[in-house]
Amino acid sequence: MGDIAGIVLKRLGLGLITLLVISIIIFGAVEFLPGDLAQAVLGQGATEENLAAFRKQLGLDRAAPIRYFEWLGNAVTGDFGNSLVSQKPVSEAIGERFGNTLFLALYAACIAVPIAIFLGVLVALYRNSVFDRVANVMTLTSISSPEFFLGYILILFISVKWEMFPAIAKIDDGMTLMEKLNRTFLPALTMVLVVVAHMMRMTRASIINLLASPYVEMARLKGVPAWKVIVKHTLPNAWAPVINVIAMNLAYLITGVVLVEVVFVYPGIGQMLVDSVSKRDFPVVQACCLIFAATFILLNLAADVGSILTNPRLRHPK
Amino acid sequence: MNYFIIGFYALLIGGSSLAAYYQKRTAFILLFSLTLVSFVMGIVGGEAMLWTVTIGAGLIAFSAGVSYSFREFLVVILPPNGAKAMRTAPLTAGFGLFVIFTYAIAGIFAPIIAPFGEAEVISSAFAPADENMLLGADQLGRDMFSRIIYGARNTVGLALLATILAFVMGATAGLYAATKGGKLDQLLGRIVDVIMSIPSLIFSLLLLSIFGTNTVTLIIVIAIIYAPRVFRLARSVGGNVVVMDYIEAAKLRGEGTWYLIRKEILPNSTAPLIAEFGLEFCFVFLLVAGLSFLGLGIQPPTADWGSMVRENATLISFGEITPLIPAGAIALLTVAVNFVVDWMLYRSSGLKE
Repeated sequence: MGDIAGIVLKRLGLGLITLLVISIIIFGAVEFLPGDLAQAVLGQGATEENLAAFRKQLGLDRAAPIRYFEWLGNAVTGDFGNSLVSQKPVSEAIGERFGNTLFLALYAACIAVPIAIFLGVLVALYRNSVFDRVANVMTLTSISSPEFFLGYILILFISVKWEMFPAIAKIDDGMTLMEKLNRTFLPALTMVLVVVAHMMRMTRASIINLLASPYVEMARLKGVPAWKVIVKHTLPNAWAPVINVIAMNLAYLITGVVLVEVVFVYPGIGQMLVDSVSKRDFPVVQACCLIFAATFILLNLAADVGSILTNPRLRHPK
Repeated sequence: MNYFIIGFYALLIGGSSLAAYYQKRTAFILLFSLTLVSFVMGIVGGEAMLWTVTIGAGLIAFSAGVSYSFREFLVVILPPNGAKAMRTAPLTAGFGLFVIFTYAIAGIFAPIIAPFGEAEVISSAFAPADENMLLGADQLGRDMFSRIIYGARNTVGLALLATILAFVMGATAGLYAATKGGKLDQLLGRIVDVIMSIPSLIFSLLLLSIFGTNTVTLIIVIAIIYAPRVFRLARSVGGNVVVMDYIEAAKLRGEGTWYLIRKEILPNSTAPLIAEFGLEFCFVFLLVAGLSFLGLGIQPPTADWGSMVRENATLISFGEITPLIPAGAIALLTVAVNFVVDWMLYRSSGLKE
């Protein structure tokens, strides 16, 4: 077991290094602003005194590396500085919204994952049938549509024409869980449509790969019943790719949520990011980007670790 | 029970019986499952639902017909080599090619096709469709139809430029890294890993918030974000070619790196690279559409599909479908390109599964 722990630790270390590099990129990008931050925020008309005062207030008069380590140190403890627009601490605004985003992503994942795995295995077993062809065209269409297209179609039919679910997903803490689930049903459904399509295709591909492998053929030839081939020979080997598929799609859910949140006016972190990009509120942009990138890397890491744990062959890299 | 419903079921059941009688398995399954689905939908949604099914089936049949004719047309006009490939192409590929062709025509001849200019205000805001305006007016009173036509030029053109730039950068660097190997290969590989570990939409939002949103920055930012994907593919494909004997021979002849890439490696790795170009275009196109939808892409008054959806979204709450048309145009092109890419991948890999 010792060597599994070693490999997992190595992966974690690599992930951490990647995250560090990304934090440098996110911090450093703002340094590339034409002029500097103060100039960008206050505009061309600002006087020299104003600029100097603003720089002092933000601590811009010190060297970039020092500010980077300060920023990083504070960010690790959950302090992202003050918003340039509202002057309030960024972390306050982000905390609640990040919770909302996670809620939406989790909601979508709970619906999408079981459906996608089930359908993916089904189309893999009945590959090249009419069912498979139809599923292929439908998933391809769903992947190819921009999220806002699916979102607005759902609004048009389910909310405007049939009046089943609300089109605007405004939620707050005072609501009961049922009420929240009802309000956020349409955004969740939009993401489910996209994610199910992705996951189905990936599951199908990996299961077909497995079914083509020699040991499955061997099992069939020696007369093992079909269900036993699936349960005893295919499934243990299918965990690694399936875990991979799930984690990658969860990562997609967390980050792909931006467009969906904007369509449904959902108070999540994605909408906040878009708002602050157009307001050029850099501390908020940096904080949101860092959180998104961290989540993304963490989930990809989880996928790697999960597949190492379920697939002994990966424990001995060549 | 009226004539439409009776005719509807009679046609479906008659059709499936005929298919069963003539042993057409696929047709039978399709028709009969359609019958069963219509039973359920008819009970739930009534006659209106059956009309939807009819129109949907009609549309699918129509597009199948168009793709079939277009494929036959290509078979006739192409030289023998291409015609042979086209004859075995699936209908979906024919459909994809037809859609791409249509978009290309709309984009290239936009000023001739569109009845009005893209920024021309011709009526009141959200005016309904009349004999002048096919699809009505947008939020400022500009002709929706003309803007959609111009959008084919602007949105697709921008995505195409960004893809080409990403492709040139990624493929050159990838093939170069594969040929040279060593430290440079390692370094490029690590840079690519970092860029790919940031979600693309988030990364582009970060970069655009800093460098501002004009068309040139947009193209460069998108190209930088998507070049790593091409790099990885080009490097792995190139890596397989580099170990061949003829490369060794060329090296011993004293050919330079640039010659090797251009004359020896590139011709032997075109098939996967072309398929990747199609896929890459889809990703870039969706990203451009998403950014414009968020108001950070192509800036007004230039017509652009993503921002058109956002600007006219209020119409949806009145049950209008006009804002969905540009969004649908985006989806249709992406589907079409995907169909063609699927076919090319199938051909180049010889996959039978």
